[in-house]
Parts: sequence; C-alpha cells; structure tokens
Amino acid sequence: MKHVTEYRDADLVHVVLDGIRQTVTKPWVLMEICGGQTHAIVRHGIDQLLPTEIELVHGPGCPVCVTPLELIDKSLAIASCTEVIFTSYGDMLRVPGSGCDLFSVRASGGDVRVVYSPLDAVKIAQHNPDREVVFFAIGFETTAPPNAMSVVQAQSMGLKNYSILVSHVRVPPAMHVILGSPHNRVQGFLAAGHVCAVMGYWEYPPIAEKYGVPIVVTGFEPLDIVQGILQATRQLEEGRCEAENAYPRVVTFEGNRPAQKLIERVFEPCDRKWRGIGTIPDSGWRLRQEFAEFDAELRFDVEAIQPDESPLCIAGQILQGLKKPHDCSAFGVKCTPENPLGATMVSSEGACAAYYRYGRHVAGQKKEE
Amino acid sequence: MDDARKKTIMQGLVCPRPLTHDEQVVLGHGSGGRMTRDLITHYFYPPFENPTLLRGDDAAVVTLPEQGRLALSTDSHIVSPLFFPGGDIGRLAVCGTVNDLAMVGARPLWLTAGFILEEGLSLQILERVVGSMKVAAEEAGVIIVAGDTKVAEREKVDRLFVNTTGIGWIPEGREVGGANARPGDVVLLSGPIGDHGIAVLAARGELAFETTVESDLAPLNKLVEKMFEASQAIHVMRDPTRGGLATSLNEIARQSKVVIRLEETSIPVRLAVTAACEMLGFDPLYVANEGKLVAMVPSEEAEMVLEAMRSTSYGEGACRIGVVEESPPGRVLMRTAIGGTRVVDVLSGEMLPRIC
Amino acid sequence: MCLGVPGKIVETYQAGGLKMGKVDFGGVVRETCLEYVPQAEVGDYVLIHVGFAISLVSEEEAQATLEILREIMRLEEELGPEPDTR
Repeated sequence: MKHVTEYRDADLVHVVLDGIRQTVTKPWVLMEICGGQTHAIVRHGIDQLLPTEIELVHGPGCPVCVTPLELIDKSLAIASCTEVIFTSYGDMLRVPGSGCDLFSVRASGGDVRVVYSPLDAVKIAQHNPDREVVFFAIGFETTAPPNAMSVVQAQSMGLKNYSILVSHVRVPPAMHVILGSPHNRVQGFLAAGHVCAVMGYWEYPPIAEKYGVPIVVTGFEPLDIVQGILQATRQLEEGRCEAENAYPRVVTFEGNRPAQKLIERVFEPCDRKWRGIGTIPDSGWRLRQEFAEFDAELRFDVEAIQPDESPLCIAGQILQGLKKPHDCSAFGVKCTPENPLGATMVSSEGACAAYYRYGRHVAGQKKEE
Repeated sequence: MDDARKKTIMQGLVCPRPLTHDEQVVLGHGSGGRMTRDLITHYFYPPFENPTLLRGDDAAVVTLPEQGRLALSTDSHIVSPLFFPGGDIGRLAVCGTVNDLAMVGARPLWLTAGFILEEGLSLQILERVVGSMKVAAEEAGVIIVAGDTKVAEREKVDRLFVNTTGIGWIPEGREVGGANARPGDVVLLSGPIGDHGIAVLAARGELAFETTVESDLAPLNKLVEKMFEASQAIHVMRDPTRGGLATSLNEIARQSKVVIRLEETSIPVRLAVTAACEMLGFDPLYVANEGKLVAMVPSEEAEMVLEAMRSTSYGEGACRIGVVEESPPGRVLMRTAIGGTRVVDVLSGEMLPRIC
Repeated sequence: MCLGVPGKIVETYQAGGLKMGKVDFGGVVRETCLEYVPQAEVGDYVLIHVGFAISLVSEEEAQATLEILREIMRLEEELGPEPDTR
C-alpha cells in the first residue's frame, strides 16, 4: 500500500533507531498522546527496540476510554428506546456502562448499528423517516469535522429524525493538565498526527514554551513513530523546547482550514469530564445553539445515573502517564478486555488493552524475547 | 390435535399445488406429507443422486472399512448473505465439514444435510444452494447420504440454515491432533489469509466498500492427501475459520503446551485484504478463512510437505511461517516486520471497525 | 484515536450537495467525502478517516523524508558497520 508500506521498512526503521541510540546520553520520558500510536508501538514491538534510556508513557488519547460513564449510560438508555435506531462507530459497542453495553442492548432487541462513517448514519435517517436515528459522536479533533458534516447534511436535507450524542474532547487542554501536574514526569511529547492534520500545530509552540517541553507532531507507522522519538530526543539532548513536525506529508502548520471552519460553525468549546481524570475546562465541544435540534441530549430526556468506578482501577494515573498498566494489581487478573474495570481497558486503544493484547501481562517478560 | 398441526395438515390436503420455479417455501413443505415428498424428490434427490440416499429409508446404511478409525464432525451454517463472491452457504456447508474431517487426517466419505427453511424462501434460492452443494460434494468426492428438511414460520429463521454432519475414515499410521505439536516442528500455511472474512463483510454491504477480494472457500481434503503422500509424520493440522489464524494457533499452543514463534514477513496476505483491514482497523491474523490450513510437521519433513502442497491448486501459495519451541508454553509470539516481538493473543469478542 | 489510511482518488462527483469521490486503498474502494480537500483531484492521495478525506498526502514531503533516510543507509553501507555501541 502506497504511503504505508514504505514506513514499515525494517532497514529504514533501524537507520532511525541507530540515530536515536547515537543521540541519547541520559534517560528521558516521552509521552505519546494518541491511542493509535500506543497501539502501533505495542503491535510492532517498537518500545523493545528503543534504547533503555527512552521511556515511553501513554497519554489519554483514546476518546473511547475518556468518554464519561454518565454519557455511556445515556447512550444505553437512548438505544433502548423502541423508536430509536442507535448508530455508532464500532469502538463504542463493547464499552460497558454502569450495567451493560450496547452489545447487550442489541441482544435485548435494541436497534444498534455499527457505521463506518457518520454520513452512513444520515443515510439511515433518510431511509427510515418513521424512526429516530441517533449517532454517537465521539472523538478528538480528527473526528469532529466528519461528525459536524453529518449535522450540516441532515439540516440541509431537512431531516427531523437525526440527532447526535456528542462526546468530543480536545488535546491541548489535556496536555496542559498533564504538564501542569506537580507529579508530571513527561519531558517530551509526541503529538497526535491526525489531530494535527485537522487542527495544524499552531497551538503547540506556546505550550512547548510554557512548560519547557519539546512537542513533535508524529505519525502512526513504525518509521513515523521512531522519527518522532528521534526528533524529540534530539531536542531534549540539545536543551531545546520547540514544536516540530515529523509528519510533514500529512500535517501543515495551519492545518485543514475548511475542516476547522466547519467545526467552528457547528460546535463551541465547553467543559468536559474525562473518565479517569475529571473535568478539564474548555476541553470539549458541544453543538451550538442553532443546531440544538440535532442534540440528542436535549431531544431525549434520559436520567443521569451517578455511576461508580471500580476502586481497583488506576486508569486516571495511567492516562496521565504516572503509572503503567502492569503497576495495577488488577491488570490481567480481575481486569481484562472481556471484563474491563476502567477506561483504559475498555477500548482496544486504551493503554491497558493494548498492553494486554500484545502480551505484556506475561509475567517476567523481558525486553528481548 | 393442536391448531398449528391442523393448519399444516389442512395446507397439505387443500393446496397440493404443483411446484414451479417461482414458488416459495410454505409451511406445508415441512409437514412431512406429500408436499415434503415433492420438495425432496424435486429439489434434493436429483442433485444429490446416489443409491444410498435414493433408497429413501429412515436412515442411511453404509459399510465401514475394516481397519483404521472413523472421524465425525458436525457444523451448522447461518452465514449472511447467503451468496458472496467466491461461494455461498451451500458450498460452505459441504467444505466446512469436509475440511474439519480432513484436519484430523480423515478421508471424508459421507455427509448428511439438515435444512431449516424460512416460510417464504424462494425455491429458486433453494435450488441454487443445493446445486452448489452438489458441485462442492463432487469436487471433494463425498456423497450426501441422508437429509432432513424443516420449515419454520416467517422470521423465525433467517431464510436458510444448514447443518452438515460428516463421517471420514482415518487410514492407519496417521496421528494428527492439536496436542501433537513438538518443539522443533515447522509451521506451514497453505496460502494467504483473510480472504473469506473480508469478502463476506464487503458482501454484507453495511460498511459500504467494494473490493475484488473473493472468499477462499474450498475443500481441502485432496490437498491433505497430497501432504500425507509426502510424509506420514504430520503432527497437527487446523483450518483457521472464525477467529482467524491467531485463534487456531493459540488453541494449538495451549493444547500442545508449546510456544509458536511466527515471522510476520512470512505470513502472506493479499494486498486488497491488507487494504481493507487497514481501512477498518482489523488485523488479518484474526480474519476468517474457509480454504486454508496450517500444519505442524517435523523440520526434516517440511520441505517435502511444502512441495506437495504447492503442487495442488489450493496450496500453491504454501509457505513456512514459523517454528514450534518449548517455552514459554501456551503462547504465540511473532517477530514483527521491524524486528520487535509481539504476543499474538486470541480474539477477544467480535472484531468491529474502529476509529481509534 | 484517529485511524487514518492513505488512498488514491479514482473518481470525483457531487452527491447531496457535497464533493464526493471514490478512493482506492489498494484493491478496496470506498465512497469518501472530499469536502475538506476542495483542491484534491483524481490521482491525488488523501488521508481518510471515517469516510472523509482530512488531508492531502504530499508526495514531495514523503519522498524528501524517505530519500534522506535512504541516503543515510547508503552512506552507512559504504562506510561499513558502526562499532557496536548497544
């Protein structure tokens, strides 16, 4: 596959790994903020190939993991309504709420459908005028333009039976929380490449400067990830703290202006609760007043349940890079992908799920097998 | 006599309509009376024609070979859609059971076929499915000696479900089983993985993508016989269906208490399957196959078995993909394309397209 | 987050008032919304996320990055292996 296969070339990856080895002289802690990057690192075994001085911690870059329990419970309540066709990206189906998950709602007779694109949900609404179609609009900035377009399309088609349940979160506020924490260990950031494809990386120089932390926009293939690590390591060794772009084939400084314009038209910033972390001010998006008729939370009167998180779960500390999955007593024992206790195990992109899946729960597994 | 039974008998008596190609299955076809007999003689006997079946007794009577052991397997098929590029439920019903028998070293001999038909199913569809079973059975060299047909009310079943049960004969000298992998064995794969799962997903249409990928659905018993001609010392064979290659290998590693070490770069995947998996966020190791096998053979036999596989049409892409070692037992590990190591776990739940 | 896959635009058209296209990922083709890449044309590579193109993929930038690395590799081969510092 063009623009994919070249970035999985073992020889080129090792050129960059050699570069990292030659550059690094002391230990550094780097955070990758994107669940997709966590997934790629563990799937290709990249962390094992890095020099021991580089420690990678995994950030809260999984919109599935950070969706608050209250909102999942609302989605289950809405999906259980007989007139509703509940549509969602596949990721959300297995996420347990306080009682069950969307899979169980489907098994009990709820009309729950996986869609690949939000425009597919709009099509379903168009073809089922007698039913209420609700789309679970989760995601970071990358997914906001598609979710926003679905609302604009529904409006232009005059659909009265389409609404979205919004759970959008933004990366920069989360970075402030992590870097501003007194316990913060993160010294360098690998910024999420596809978030930046939409938003650009103009928001990062002030963050880099404020906290004295290099931020490198990084892609998702093995070559992209090691390149991002190399550039972050170089900056740290040289005492620089700038925002750099290691994913120039996709990301520009300004980002995608048409996409940003549509986000601004449809959404406005709001406070959002991040599961495991708490409420981060201005860290989310909600529908603007003029699109209120497409807001499923207003359309459906569902009671907010006060959910309880498991006392064993340390997802909050993992999401902020303070702990690793195997630091948790429940990891791989009481807490598994089939029976997740918290945010980072529920989605396959969560740090705990990625670690479990690729086997870091094998006791005593060394760096080199 | 209860009302339901009255109704079916009434239909049998009152509407003994002649069957035409545009007709649908009705409850009367399952009543056991004349309509059932007409359905069987018109739609099942001609394609499956063999003396044993045509005797029409309550059970098929067959003669067992004097030596060796028997293998039995059963499989129910509910695939949707019924027809997909590269196959259909009929071919699947035959090949699925033929392959299960072949995987324990058995030569498939006889199949039974039980049908549950939805009231309202087009008889043309039934004819197509049964025709496909005939073709698959002929290719595999098995005969369908017994069958059953039931008709369920509308929406109680999704158009057509089929169960096939098969009996095969294992010649002396073959010892194939999931617990028989030994450290030092070589892992062989008969061809590229992931075709069936992607083809069926595309045919379902829910994710709205088009692809050239076709299901790899095929009977593997003749490929297996060629392998045994090359070597009697085949330790393990498995056809990686639901759950994909990863799940089958994990089962074997656990049963045999060994570790299976794979080389990612050796595992063949068609470009279009890779592309579909990348787009949806799937891992080809977990995508279903219906015409592939994985085998574990002693290293000194590997080259001969591989050559035998490659001499057949369903094994021309056969290759080595890994080795069996002692420790850590029960795991499947893979050296990634860039030289890292990854644990390949079993599939957890249903594979769903992801955005993350 | 953000599973994004590069694909090649093989067709563009208007549908429902939106710029749409067919994108080929290498034997898999899917209808994709191209509203966010108004400058994209048939033959261009775009990055697709949930059925939307969110960015063009720059051939020049890609080649530049890969060429630098290939050059380093060539130099290393010419000069011989590095002393083992691992």
